[in-house]
Amino acid sequence: MSLQSLTNLFTPPRYGQDTLDQMDDIGVGSLPIVLLSGFFIGAVMVLQTGAQFQRFGQVSLTGDIVSLALVRELGPTITGLLVAGRCSSGIASELGSMLVTEQVDAMRAMGTDPSRKLNSPRVLAALITVPLLTTISVFVGLVGGMVASVFSLRLSATTFWQRAIAILEFSDLMQGFIKSLVFGLILSTVGCYQGLSVRGGTQGVGRATTQAVVVSSVMIIIADTFLTKLALYLADKL
Amino acid sequence: MDSPPRIPNAALQPQSAATITFDDVWIGFEEGPILRGLTFSAKPGETLVLLGETGTGKTLALKIAAGLLSPDRGAVHALGQDLSGKSEQELLQFRRQIGFVFQEGALFDSLTVGENVAYRLIEDGAPEEVVTPSVQEVLRFVELEHTSDMLPSELSGGMRRRVSIARALITRPPIVLYDSPTAGLDPITSQTIITLILRLRDVYGVTALMATHRLQDGFALANFHFDPETRTVRRGAAADRAQQPITRFLVLRDGQIYFEGSPEEMLKSKDSYLQRFLI
Repeated sequence: MSLQSLTNLFTPPRYGQDTLDQMDDIGVGSLPIVLLSGFFIGAVMVLQTGAQFQRFGQVSLTGDIVSLALVRELGPTITGLLVAGRCSSGIASELGSMLVTEQVDAMRAMGTDPSRKLNSPRVLAALITVPLLTTISVFVGLVGGMVASVFSLRLSATTFWQRAIAILEFSDLMQGFIKSLVFGLILSTVGCYQGLSVRGGTQGVGRATTQAVVVSSVMIIIADTFLTKLALYLADKL
Repeated sequence: MDSPPRIPNAALQPQSAATITFDDVWIGFEEGPILRGLTFSAKPGETLVLLGETGTGKTLALKIAAGLLSPDRGAVHALGQDLSGKSEQELLQFRRQIGFVFQEGALFDSLTVGENVAYRLIEDGAPEEVVTPSVQEVLRFVELEHTSDMLPSELSGGMRRRVSIARALITRPPIVLYDSPTAGLDPITSQTIITLILRLRDVYGVTALMATHRLQDGFALANFHFDPETRTVRRGAAADRAQQPITRFLVLRDGQIYFEGSPEEMLKSKDSYLQRFLI
């Protein structure tokens, strides 16, 4: 389904307006929870790690560790999980409801390919918006970390930012970007698959919604492990 | 079980003379076969009324005719095309030539009535100056032009069916398939829907398959016609079609055709199973 959704993008008909609508729903709609959670995750990271660094008199390293953790790991993963919780379930319930009320059959009966009309815009929208949301989440997380280090560790904002930016390498940014792309693909295709596989009426829609969140969350965590291992391997080789 | 009383015309007509042909069509699911060798054909302009109890495969037959389901065995021809070997992409093109009215309407609930009706034209990239008058015309045909900006959830069940009919006929398809169009509706609303189907048949000459368990719908189609000049429904067949019966009944039982014939032949039948429909 992932492959078909992606290959559909290269041949007409394309559904630009549907893609924009989905980007609005997935991207703009998820912005508040991503902003809020990103800020507090950055702050709590500083509170947890800063206490350890204080023991060794290395409080200035807080910016390094928070930055690396957010860019490589927490930013993509937490964003992926949050968007999965919000949008994978939403996609599954929307498509599932369309399926049980014969709207998908009606679409096919009118000569429209549901894979192109329903799946591809959602997958493309997730591929565009999840990396953007991750970027925003990382930035806001660093802001949260900075606020916590200034007020809790008495570290200057300038030192925090300088260290947070200096520690990052291109490979770190790529690692975070690729993870967010893969997570976007996972949460959208799992949502579409669960929605279009509904059986058993409205009860089935409920089951599909739950399954979409559970499966996409677990798949994101598993994929994260393999992607991290792959990134570390490539970092060693290159 | 009663033996089938009569299955005339069971032999297939030449394909060129028929708009839809089912030839020994079988389909089944986990619970076993549902259609067991369904064979019939519909001539251009003819309305076939598929009668049968719930679960006899009426809706399945319609979905197979529309290429929404593929039979396990047998061949289906529609509009001169063999549907059996077609890919989904080819079937999508084929389905643009037919109209399908779903039992509950199956309107897109996030689109307005006007957008629902215009759906197929918009998909084809028709310009706004074509879409708007076409939508108004078909909504006027079903007497719902005032609902264009309403959402399906704001309509009654009967109005939703009428919008569904409007959506099906926006591209003037030569074949329209009706899946229990009057199920669950009150008698007056049902009559409105049947009148619409009559008008579609007599004004546009569409070939139709109508699945129903309401015998009175079939008799209404057989015994009345729509006069385009007076714009009224009149008893009897239209003068130019008096010699050519355009409504036939197919009674499905156990996945096969139990009876095929005119309404008069069904009325005269002494078969106990058919009598159950007439009571």
